[in-house]
Amino acid sequence: MNWLRRASSEPLWKEEFSVHTADERYVTRRQLTKFLVLTSFGMFVGNIWILVRSLFYKTPSYSQRPVARLGEIPVGGVKLFTYPTKEDHCIMVRTGENEYVSYSQKCTHLSCAVYYSQTSNRLECPCHQGFFSVKDGAVLQGPPSRPLPRIVLETRGEQLIAVGVEV
Amino acid sequence: MQPPVELPPKTRGLTAIAGAMALIAVLLIVQIWLLSAALESFLAGHRHTALPAAVFSGVMFLVCLGLYLFVDRVDSEVRSGEER
Repeated sequence: MNWLRRASSEPLWKEEFSVHTADERYVTRRQLTKFLVLTSFGMFVGNIWILVRSLFYKTPSYSQRPVARLGEIPVGGVKLFTYPTKEDHCIMVRTGENEYVSYSQKCTHLSCAVYYSQTSNRLECPCHQGFFSVKDGAVLQGPPSRPLPRIVLETRGEQLIAVGVEV
Repeated sequence: MQPPVELPPKTRGLTAIAGAMALIAVLLIVQIWLLSAALESFLAGHRHTALPAAVFSGVMFLVCLGLYLFVDRVDSEVRSGEER
């Protein structure tokens, strides 16, 4: 019946729970340190990725498309359109007799659709109260940290032509 | 004046590891902020910020790596001391 006997003289519970609490904590701290360093490497790789994207960035070419007729909207009025693709919603505001401005309608915070508030004369995001200047799309207030991309407009005859996007 | 208490090697090793971990954690927080700031800047069209951000991030990663190697060395010393 020797084969039934355990080789060790230690109690069974010590064999089954052989890792001491202190030792276990010791190993866990080392593992956490390794994990933190790997995360640091991940952050570095992320920065390298941004650098590579910056170095190989090519200014995209945009198509030219008529988006409105002159006088189509009243002063202080708004027209919504899509540019450069059907998924990119934009907002055009007639700020003066011969002044039109146009921006991407996507808030730079979390992509909610901005609208023009005629009373406060600014573009407002209803989700988190981000406000943008209607003059240049700059952030006036709220969580967005980047201005709205501006749609470059040109007047040709009676047509307003969208010719590009300025980030 | 009493002589300083000599701590066991394992306790000293744990203290060193905890200190290194705290430093690595601080560096990591700065790196996370740097990555988000660089990305924000890139999306805003300011592409000239990417190079200094990458360089500083690399330096911080190297410091983290150095601290990890230090922790590894301390750990192996403690372990070899225990075996003896």
